Amino acid sequence: MLSAELKQVWQYLRQVSGDDAYERYLAHHRKAHSAEAPMTQEQYFKKRQEEKWGKVSRCC
Amino acid sequence: MPKTILAKLVWLGIAILGASAIGGIAIHRGESINAIWFIVAAACTYLIAFRFYSAWICAKVLVLDETRATPAERFNNGRDFVPTNRWVVFGHHFAAIAGPGPLIGPTLAMQFGYLPGTLWILVGAVLGGCVQDMVIMFCSTRRDGRSLGQMARDELGPVGGWAAMIGTMTIMLILIAVLGLVIVNAMKHSPWATATVLGTIPVAMLIGIYMRGIRPGRVLEGSIIGIVLLIFCVLGGGWVDHNESLRGLFDWSGESVAWFVMIYGFAAAALPVWLLLAPRDYLSTFLKLGVVFLLAISILVLAPEMKMPALTQFIDGTGPIFKGNLFPFVFITIACGAISGFHSLVSSGTTPKLLPNERDIRMIGYGSMALESFVGIMAVIAACVLEPGVFFAINSPAGVVGKEAAAAVATISSWGFPVTVEQMQLLAKEMGEATLFARTGGAPSLAVGMATIFSTTFGGTLLAMWYHFAIMFEVLFILTTLDAGTRVGRFMLQDMLKYVWKPMGNVSSYPMTVISSLIFVAAWGYFLWQGVKDPLGGVNILWPLFGISNQLLAGIALSVATGIIIKMGKLRYAWVTGLPLTWLAIICTWAAWEKVFSPNPAIGFLSGAASMAEKLAAGTLSPERAAVAPQLIIGQRIDAALAFLFAVILWIVIIDMLRMSMRMRSGKSVLPLSEARYIRTQLDESMISTGQHA
Repeated sequence: MLSAELKQVWQYLRQVSGDDAYERYLAHHRKAHSAEAPMTQEQYFKKRQEEKWGKVSRCC
Repeated sequence: MPKTILAKLVWLGIAILGASAIGGIAIHRGESINAIWFIVAAACTYLIAFRFYSAWICAKVLVLDETRATPAERFNNGRDFVPTNRWVVFGHHFAAIAGPGPLIGPTLAMQFGYLPGTLWILVGAVLGGCVQDMVIMFCSTRRDGRSLGQMARDELGPVGGWAAMIGTMTIMLILIAVLGLVIVNAMKHSPWATATVLGTIPVAMLIGIYMRGIRPGRVLEGSIIGIVLLIFCVLGGGWVDHNESLRGLFDWSGESVAWFVMIYGFAAAALPVWLLLAPRDYLSTFLKLGVVFLLAISILVLAPEMKMPALTQFIDGTGPIFKGNLFPFVFITIACGAISGFHSLVSSGTTPKLLPNERDIRMIGYGSMALESFVGIMAVIAACVLEPGVFFAINSPAGVVGKEAAAAVATISSWGFPVTVEQMQLLAKEMGEATLFARTGGAPSLAVGMATIFSTTFGGTLLAMWYHFAIMFEVLFILTTLDAGTRVGRFMLQDMLKYVWKPMGNVSSYPMTVISSLIFVAAWGYFLWQGVKDPLGGVNILWPLFGISNQLLAGIALSVATGIIIKMGKLRYAWVTGLPLTWLAIICTWAAWEKVFSPNPAIGFLSGAASMAEKLAAGTLSPERAAVAPQLIIGQRIDAALAFLFAVILWIVIIDMLRMSMRMRSGKSVLPLSEARYIRTQLDESMISTGQHA
């Protein structure tokens, strides 16, 4: 029971930090546009970073 | 219905507890007061406001509709538009809005005593800041996740749109300059702090390479390795500090640190983000959340006594850290702890693209800001656990209290806050510093407060370690705001300059990147340099200017929100955003007026410049001051123009909003409400709960 909760915490940490973002992207890609090849993990990571830091994402 | 009666009794209990805590704080006039009172007062205030006020706004004014599909669902692209678990969005949103402002502003405002600052942090947050964040998030969610600037253009018209754009860019300039100055005052002549901060740069780059090339996208692994390395940086900094031959290499003057900050800001804006900016942000975010959590636990466990009086004599405007009366300057100084215009930039455009359901706007918009305001309360506590004499010795600039330690303690003691040279020397020694005098800016006094709290809670005598850990933590996430701001500022500048010369707008061109980054860094660098050269510490000029600009942006956001509420046909509820807007307009205009036109040269920029010019001409300045006087005179005049501009922009937007509302009342045509049309949600929320991959 405790291990299930720990697993939940771990999943939360992964999701909130963006650790599992690529897995989520792949899952989304499979469902949505499976015709074209998905980005590699490195491409995806770089693209996300560029997008994130191209607008205000940290306050004062 | 026994259950509802029980619930009512519980809420009644919370209300009574909160009211007695606030009452206790307000009428207490003893030697010291326990910090737990503040925690209880704050927690009860946020709980009551969240449970009742935010629920009422959501039900009656915004009318959140949980059957309506959010932009995240409609435009799901697996990247920026992604329906995400509400607690994950909460985490993202809080991490984005929690910056150094609520730590620094409340610390500086403690020169008035703890009472005014505490009251404004609580009242301003629940009636102003939280409402602003939530309503703007709602407006953006109903408009495909559009940004504040776009919404201002769509709803008010081109005038409002341009004002929002110029307002955002100028606030960015002043914000970066003042944060840079805080770093300078924390790092100058501190080999330990300087060595530690320099060490964090290769650590960040290493983690950047790790996350990009070695283990792509493995954010958690990379961050954990990075945090361990950061702790080694603090230890290494201590080793450097104790090494006589290395020590001198890192003993930098204020000017050198300022150059370092400028070069760093330029590099982070011009280099690819994955190399320096993004990995350092991961580290600083983890560190920030960890430290805030640790501080909350420590305060609860330790229940420290607060030694600052409720009110000091400086409410008359003669304070050493910055000049100006309690009204309006306490509001301008607290700024982000109560209401921060900057949040409206994250609440629109970013967070709405992740929201799984409209009903989450309440928890994420209102709740995150309540938590942020709680961070402000903790900063109040950390500043007030210091002996007031020590607090003023650390935060008073040399130009006010005197350069020599003996002169400084004599001045501060004469105010009724006893402190001795030995006491300050011992404290500096304990913290591993040569001196703690005249470290204006809030970061060092906060670090001393935190180090005291941490080392007492966790036992041991590692004061110096805790102090430099706290300094590293503050500098690190100030740098994140600084270089993320420089980068965004660069994009905004390119966006504007393309009207002058088209190729400037090309954001992927390398020469244009370098040129626009240089222009932007030079612009904030100018204000930073002026602050470093100012014998009165610079914070006294830049922080009020920053406060005014931040509240200006909040005014723009609240004007857009009020305009939208009126257009929705809810004129009778327009006071929800109209009331905080009115207050901000009064405070902002009043403060800007004083900063520009006050005849007191310590407050008014114009009279300050005039009096300095007079003294320069009469030859009564010391040669040291005479050398920098011409620069400072021009600087003060530019500051005056800027403060004036801020007030004008605010009023342009307010008048634009009122004009639109009047037209609407008299039945004339106005821009249509740009709300996206209703689409029923198809989302099965059990699919996006944590851990279940959709």
